[in-house]
Amino acid sequence: MKTYLTVLSLITMAGMALAAPQTFDFKDPKGINNAGFKLDAPLESINGSASGVSGTVLFDPENPGATKGKITLATASLMVPNPMQRQHMLSDKWLDAAKFPEISFESKEFKNVQTTGDTTTAEVTGTFTLKGVSKELTAPVKLTYLKDKLGDRVPNQKGDLLVIRSNFTIKRSDFNIMPGQFEDKVSDSIELTLSIAGASPK
Amino acid sequence: MKKTLRIVAAVLMVGSIAFWVAAGANRGWTKTRVPTKVMDTVTGLEGIEWQDKFVPGVDFLAAALLGAGLLAGVSFLVRTKSK
Repeated sequence: MKTYLTVLSLITMAGMALAAPQTFDFKDPKGINNAGFKLDAPLESINGSASGVSGTVLFDPENPGATKGKITLATASLMVPNPMQRQHMLSDKWLDAAKFPEISFESKEFKNVQTTGDTTTAEVTGTFTLKGVSKELTAPVKLTYLKDKLGDRVPNQKGDLLVIRSNFTIKRSDFNIMPGQFEDKVSDSIELTLSIAGASPK
Repeated sequence: MKKTLRIVAAVLMVGSIAFWVAAGANRGWTKTRVPTKVMDTVTGLEGIEWQDKFVPGVDFLAAALLGAGLLAGVSFLVRTKSK
């Protein structure tokens, strides 16, 4: 009976360990992780992207709805094709990259979680911080759990990958970025596209 | 002198238009970097790589045409040497 209980408790502990949330690091050695942004104003359209993605996400494949984490973007990594436009964008009048070097999103809650195979779709609510202003927002998110696929991406490493995709829109006026000014050239609405993969080495 | 200025103005005008058209007739601002998409086959993610490339825009064209116009204008102010 004693042996039976010991074996049972060991199996339970092993099961708990396996089901524990994994930490995924989103610092991408391949430089693929990016956040795209698009501003479509009547007189001008601005398209760009940022590659300075970092952060960690706690993800449990058995319970994707309990996912928590924070993704950070280096403001200085924002890129647009025109050098003067980029200089203006990062200046103190617009994003003030020197004073506010990070843009971040910290998740609080996942709702409407639906999982099919390795893919989970949900609506994530969290705190989005831009130019020192934090606002709560809800965005659709798609999580794809790629078990044992880290080795395919980074040679000689074993582990899992978590891919996060999300599209949402913010208003620059909500974040004190030249509110009400130059809206014919720089749209108030900013469409953001997040395409990132995190690694959980074993 | 007058003739030279007009020839330079014409060459500048034609040359800048030809360069702008050949570079893709970009109707936006001049670009010094262009994004190219990179596919990660493992994750299916599409990354963006920025490459240094000069793509003249309407500001480049306007500046070149203004320069050509100024040269042509100056040519009218130059007096022809009387023989």
